[in-house]
Order: sequence, then structure tokens, then C-alpha cells
Amino acid sequence: MEASWSTLLWQGGAVFLTLAVFSFLYADNPFYKFAERLWVGVATGYWTMLLYHQGFRDKVILPIFQEGKWYYFIPVLLGLLMWFRLSPQLGWLSRYALGFYVGISTGIFIPLAFKTAIFLQVEGTIRPVSGFWPTVNFLLAILGVICGLAYFYFSRPHTGVLGVMSRTGIYTLMIGFGAGFGLTVMGRVALLVQRVIFTRDYFVSLWGKLF
Amino acid sequence: MNGEGQAWYDRLLNIDRRWIYLLMAVVVIVPAIRPFAVPVGISGEVRAVHDFIAELPPGQVVHLAIDYDPSTLAELHPMAEAILHQCFAQDLRLVITALSQFGPAMADEIVTRVAAEHGKQVGVDYAFLGYKPYPAITILAMGTDYRVPFPTDYYGTPVDSIPVMRDIHNYANVACVISLAGGNVADMWIQYGNAKYGVPVALGVTGVMASDYYPYLQSRQIFGLLPGVKGAAEYERLRNRSGEASRGMPYQVTSHLLILVAMVVANIGFIAQRRARAGVR
Amino acid sequence: MKKQIPILIVFITGLVMVLQYFVPHATSEFLFTYANDFVIVIGILALPLGIFSLMRGTVIKAKRDPRERFYAIVTIAGFLAMVIAGVQRSQFTTPGTWLQNMFSYVMIPCQATIFSMLAFYIASAAYRAFRVRTWLATVLLVTAFIVMLRIVPLPEPLSGWNSAIVQWILAVPNMASKRAIIIGVGLGAISYSMKIILGIERGYMGGDR
Repeated sequence: MEASWSTLLWQGGAVFLTLAVFSFLYADNPFYKFAERLWVGVATGYWTMLLYHQGFRDKVILPIFQEGKWYYFIPVLLGLLMWFRLSPQLGWLSRYALGFYVGISTGIFIPLAFKTAIFLQVEGTIRPVSGFWPTVNFLLAILGVICGLAYFYFSRPHTGVLGVMSRTGIYTLMIGFGAGFGLTVMGRVALLVQRVIFTRDYFVSLWGKLF
Repeated sequence: MNGEGQAWYDRLLNIDRRWIYLLMAVVVIVPAIRPFAVPVGISGEVRAVHDFIAELPPGQVVHLAIDYDPSTLAELHPMAEAILHQCFAQDLRLVITALSQFGPAMADEIVTRVAAEHGKQVGVDYAFLGYKPYPAITILAMGTDYRVPFPTDYYGTPVDSIPVMRDIHNYANVACVISLAGGNVADMWIQYGNAKYGVPVALGVTGVMASDYYPYLQSRQIFGLLPGVKGAAEYERLRNRSGEASRGMPYQVTSHLLILVAMVVANIGFIAQRRARAGVR
Repeated sequence: MKKQIPILIVFITGLVMVLQYFVPHATSEFLFTYANDFVIVIGILALPLGIFSLMRGTVIKAKRDPRERFYAIVTIAGFLAMVIAGVQRSQFTTPGTWLQNMFSYVMIPCQATIFSMLAFYIASAAYRAFRVRTWLATVLLVTAFIVMLRIVPLPEPLSGWNSAIVQWILAVPNMASKRAIIIGVGLGAISYSMKIILGIERGYMGGDR
């Protein structure tokens, strides 16, 4: 389906901004700065209004004024206390609200972090397997985990047995980082490819519209 | 230091980076002019996600968390499209959230478009709840009841009046959560969704993050993983679709070849330089 | 008063939420639900603080540096355009609106392109920084090479071998190394959180005035 002139105009603006951002690869320049600052303003404005509709209206206006849940004034007052952070004299008032937020978030975090990052990970490490190659992999994985943890143990010097374990650990970590880099390349290129395809499709559409 | 008098390996190693940028631009443009097919193998972690959804009966509920923003759109949008097509084709019901602050508009566009292709209606076949800040707290709150963080959906409709949400209250009513995340929201689904409520979680993540989630896959804290654009291409192949990820694979091949050649050439120069300097000493 | 009471609040709320995890009683679940709900509301009201700070910083920068004035106007104009456009909720949900077009044709191109430049940087880094200086660097380089080779369509049986090796690398040594990091970081985060609850760590409160 042929694009309308208004769509082509918007897409033209998008292509201009795309090329303006890419121009940074040669050197910093006013076109790049313009695109970057416009993005900052537009993104902040978008998020502000999204927060207003899906946050403030849905979670403050609606419960208090439409559903009569007046106890929501408690977190509203606490949230407004956070704004005192801007005042040099009364900034300490924001700590009351921050205390609730930090206390509740941290209290929820601790037991779940124990379960997720420690217990289930250790359980996964020592879960029994059967078969020759699964057993070899199981032993290599245990070795890798223990030696990796030994590398991060800085309370004693890395000498003797701890030194050997730590050295094995860092090599294991390097394999992990290498694997990470290999997958990262794919991700970064995908972003570039998407912009190239978008730009190509725009010029093809424009050519088709004009001729 | 100018080029004259420099050994070949010194000149090789000191190339202006803008030549490399230019080469990168060229290799990315080549497949745009002359595309070619790239075979894509299927990995176990991608098949696990596909097969889990494939085995769900019609009417079952899937929570699709579109937790990414435009910076990771290229990798995660194809995953979202493929999963949406599969879910709608199987007449599954969907609860969709978008916990990244710049993601809701993208999520709305893709869900509306794919739903229309399958004749699915918002409110009847799927609910798009939208965005709330603080993903960790929102994930925890949804586990109690979706209505706690989301009294209304993205369009302002009270959730209690949405037909599809009538018997969906929390994670106990959904078969699984599939989070497509470009940031640490993926960790939050594991820690606050799976660990607290036991809901099966699968992740679709960017290439940068993918290698970090294999421990969770091995410990069965997630039941499947779509690693980056290759994971998306594999999923599209499982669905017999040629989507954006599959069409992007030729570009991946040329770019990867450039980087592999660059790594080899640079190290040949480096080794030659090191030997020459060792010889001089 | 200025520090002691907030520390006490953190201690009490933190301890209650930790204990709540282990208590399956209905009262405990009620407390959990409303604690979450209240934190969301506190956060919603606190977030505009960041937006205000950003806009204030932009204006201050414009006042100080004449070269920044044009760009500050661009930022503020973009912000105001979206705020005015987004007053009605329908602007978010109806296709083809001004807000949707600004999102699709300004935000997405800018944000996606800024991050896509990383592809060029990674190519440059692969050429200029990835050197086999030490055995450690060699291991990293070789692993990255093998994983990247998976994308390239090799002739059989090389393709099959490479895929199998990559799967093994991801499932065993990579998994082990990332697990060590997860456990290490997890222990660190838990101990830091405990220090916050016990009032030992007070950085989140900001300095005294």
C-alpha cells in the first residue's frame, strides 16, 4: 500500500533524525546535538504524561475521588514529602517517606534474593545427573562455580590452593565474558540493521511516490 | 607519528577508527541490495518456549510482559510478534503488560496489529494493562491481584468490567509469564514472579544479556530462553514465518564476518609487532 | 529526629516485611498487598521530582552557557509538545495522533539510532582493543570467536560441530561463571540490604544540612 504524503513527511523527519544521530560517528556536530536534545525532551514529555494517566490518575485520583478509598491519602502525603528533597532547610522531611520506601523494598528483597540467587542456584549446581557426559559437565560446572567464587573471595591472599582455585576461576569467568561478547555483537548489529532497513524502505517509498 | 617509516603492522594497528565504521556501513548495506538466505538451527531453550505454548489448550491464559523500549526494539519486537501470532492462532487469552517506561506505545501498536490479523478483540480475547512504574513492586502486586497495580487497563477501562479478565485475578490463573525484557526487569520476573509465586517464567532477552540467564535455565527458574535476534529467528522458523529477525540474519552474517576478520587481522599485526619489538630488544 | 526516626522507620518496616515472607496468615498477606500498593503510590508522586530536576538543569545550563540556549529550547519545546499532546488519554490509544507520531517518528528513531551506533563501536573495539596480550585475553578472544562463528553459515560438518561447541560453552563454563557472579552479587546485595535495615548503611538518606 502506497504511503500518504503526511506519512512520508513524518518518515522523512525520522530519517533526518536517524542520519543526524549517525553523523556523530564522524564527529560531534550541531545536527547530532539537535537530535539528541529533541529526543530527551520528547521522551521526558511522553513519560510525564504516561505517568500522569497510568500512574497518578489510575492510582491516586481514581481510588480517592471515585472509589472513596481515603486511606490512599497516607501514601500520597508520604509521596509529597519526597518533594522536600529540593529544599535545603526542609530536605530532612523527605527521609520519612524514603524510610518507608527503602524499608519495605529492602524487606521484600532479602528473603527472595536468598531464594533466587543463593538457594536455587546452589540447588541447580548440585542436582544429580546420570550418564557419562552429563556427569562430566556436572563436575566441570561445580568446579567452575566454586573456583569462580574463590576468585571473588578477597579476605585472604590468593596463594596456595586458593590461588590455584582463583586462577581456574578467572579463566572460567573469561570464557563467560567471551560468550557474552559473542552474543553482544549480534545484539548491537541487530539495532543497526533495523535502522538501515528503515532508511532503505523510506527511500524506496519516496521513489515510488515521486516517480 | 606519520605513516612514513612505520612498519606494516604499526600502520595496520593504528588505522583511524572511522575506516572501520565505513567498512561496517558497507557490509550492512550489501545484504540490503543483494539479500540471501541463512539457515537457522533451533536450540533447546527456544524450542522449550515454543512447545510450552503449543501444548496449551484454547482459552488458557498467557501473560506476555513486553518490558522493552525502542533501544532494544530490533531484537525483541520480532519475538513479541512471533509469540503473539502463536498465541492468537491457538485461541489463547492474553494478559499483556509493558513495564518499561517507553514501551507501552510500541506494545499497543504491535498487539493491536497482530490481534487484528487474527480477528481478536481487546477486552474479549486479550487485555492490555499498560504501564506502571517500579516493575519489582508491580510484579509483586500483580501476584496478589492484577487489579491492585492495574485498576484500569491502558485505555482507561476498569479491569473489573473487562470480560477476558473476569476469571483472571493473579498468576495462579495464568499458565506462564513470558517476559521480553531489555533490562533488569527480566531478573525481577525471576525473583519476584517465579520465586515468590511459583509462576513459570520464560524470558526473551537481548544478545547482551542472554549469556547471563543460562544459570537460571539450568536451575529451572525459567523454563525457556530466547537469546537475542537469533532466538527470535529460531522462533520464527519454528512458526514457519519469515519475520524481521529472519530477514535480518543476512546482515548479521556479513557484520559478524567483518568483525571476525578484524579480530584476526588485528591480532596478526599485534603478534608481528610484539615479535619485532622482542627481536629489537 | 532528622535521622533517627527515618532509620527506625526503615528498621521496623524492613523487619516486618522480612518476617511477613514467612507468615502465611491472611493478615500478613493483607499487609503485603497494601505495603506494595502504598509503595507504588509513593513512587508515582516521587518520580516527577526527577522530571522537574531534568528540566531545571536544562534551564540552568541554558542560562550559564549561551551556546546551549538553542538546544535547551529544543529540549523544552519537545517536552512541552508531548505534555500538551498527551493531556487527553486518547492521544496514547488512538493511532495516528500527534503524540503517537512524535513517539514513532522522533523517539523511536533517535533512541534506536543512538543505541545502534554501538555496532560501529563494537567493530572498532574488536579491531583496536581485542588483543592476545595475555593467556586470559586469549581465552576470552577464542571463546568470543567461536560463539560469533555460529552466526556464519559454515559447511557441514563444521556447522554442526560449532553449534554443539557453542551450546556446550553456554550451558557449562558460561553457566558456571555467571552462576558464580549471581551468587557473589546476591550475597553482596543481601548483606548491603541487611546493613540498610540495621541502620549501618545510610547513604540513601543524603547528607546532613
